[in-house]
Amino acid sequence: MNKRLSVKHLLGIKQLTTEDIHLILNTADQFKEVLNRPIKKVPSLRDITIANLFFENSTRTRVSFELAERRLSADTVNFAASSSSVKKGETLIDTVNNILAMKVDMVVMRHPNPGACVFLSKHVDSKIVNAGDGAHEHPTQALLDAFSIREKHGDLQGKKIAIIGDILHSRVALSNIFCLKKLGAEVMVCGPRTLVPRYIESLGVKVEFDLRKALEWCDVANMLRIQLERQDIKFFPSLREYSMQYGVNKQLLDSLGKEVTIMHPGPINRGVEITSDVADSGQSIILDQVENGVAVRMAVLYLLAGRTEE
Amino acid sequence: MSPRLILPPQLFDITINRLCHQLIEVHDDFSDSVIIGLQPRGVFLARRIQKTLEKILKKNNVACGELDTTFYRDDFRRKDLVPNRTQIDFIIEDKNVILVDDVLFTGRTIRAGLDAMMAFGRPKDVELVVLIDRRFSRNLPIQAKYVGRTIDTIASEKVKVEWKEAGGEDHVWLITQE
Repeated sequence: MNKRLSVKHLLGIKQLTTEDIHLILNTADQFKEVLNRPIKKVPSLRDITIANLFFENSTRTRVSFELAERRLSADTVNFAASSSSVKKGETLIDTVNNILAMKVDMVVMRHPNPGACVFLSKHVDSKIVNAGDGAHEHPTQALLDAFSIREKHGDLQGKKIAIIGDILHSRVALSNIFCLKKLGAEVMVCGPRTLVPRYIESLGVKVEFDLRKALEWCDVANMLRIQLERQDIKFFPSLREYSMQYGVNKQLLDSLGKEVTIMHPGPINRGVEITSDVADSGQSIILDQVENGVAVRMAVLYLLAGRTEE
Repeated sequence: MSPRLILPPQLFDITINRLCHQLIEVHDDFSDSVIIGLQPRGVFLARRIQKTLEKILKKNNVACGELDTTFYRDDFRRKDLVPNRTQIDFIIEDKNVILVDDVLFTGRTIRAGLDAMMAFGRPKDVELVVLIDRRFSRNLPIQAKYVGRTIDTIASEKVKVEWKEAGGEDHVWLITQE
């Protein structure tokens, strides 16, 4: 088995090999066990300082990264764009270099612009973890989704996964497609025509516009949030119409005659993508995803920080 | 130089049997004692000791777990370290813990193992069992209480323990690197 990631940064799933993904998921298995110990903390990264730079709002991802860092004994500094010099016009490279000058070893960054992490990795001397860049990639989310599917259904080879909702604005969708394809799963995207990008078939995914058909096909449905904050024009007439066409409710699920596992990267718009009785049902693994997020992020930070240089 | 066999299969069995009898002298029926094998290779010896003890004591509930030391090692970033499974399904609080590893060399793995174990509770007493003790090569003040075979080696030599469970024969080899 491979012992070492092929990459220095985690910029996206696209840059990872299948072996890298397996290495991360297998390492996350061990961290999940650590999180169930009486003392949920290991000293591996005690000499490392990690800066969490969030240029865009986040609750789950930021808390999850911070917990992962602390459970590895790393020191952390947090930085939110809303309360910083970015408001005064400082450039991204200057901001990051100033933080690195204070002897920070790794950067976890979320940024509204696609490619911000790739850009940064070329200009600063530090390990960078992408925590979401615009509508581009959100690699740790895709890894924790894959980890959660594997935990529930075993190896992903040949599994059928439907990604449903706002594909166009979703970084989760793109990272998930790359990740699931690399692990050998079959992927379908489903949503209103206006929210499914043209030519997405070129990524090797099936496209379906009928929610019922997508659910009948799949083993796992990953429901995406409608990202109203990224929509500057109207892509569908009203939320009510969207939820009637593409919302999943208990009645629909029960009529399928098989059990489809329901996932959601959060935050949930209850009553829009999924109804409350679905989100809180036994078919949903939404809270398992959140739990697994910490273990997967610990694995990513551990493997990047521990990577020996040639 | 070709590898030298320092423990052939029949001696291997006798040695493990002796270790088990020594353990019984101290731990009686094992009602207050647990065995923890250190990953990756100490687990083979731990499982073998568990099986032998259960046969001698005629019981089937000698507690035996697996502990991975990777996250506690001091050579992180010097080599690429990939963790193995940890599985401890019992309480170690106030128990007599018997740590098990195949080869005792520098003592660094045992140090990491002691730290890792403490995350599960505060044992009453901790002892160390090893199959091979490489005398005079310790970096830390750590000694085993029960030793299968003591050997004198130099740093460039390597001790390799093979297990039936890993698809070989029960062998211990001493390999001299050119």
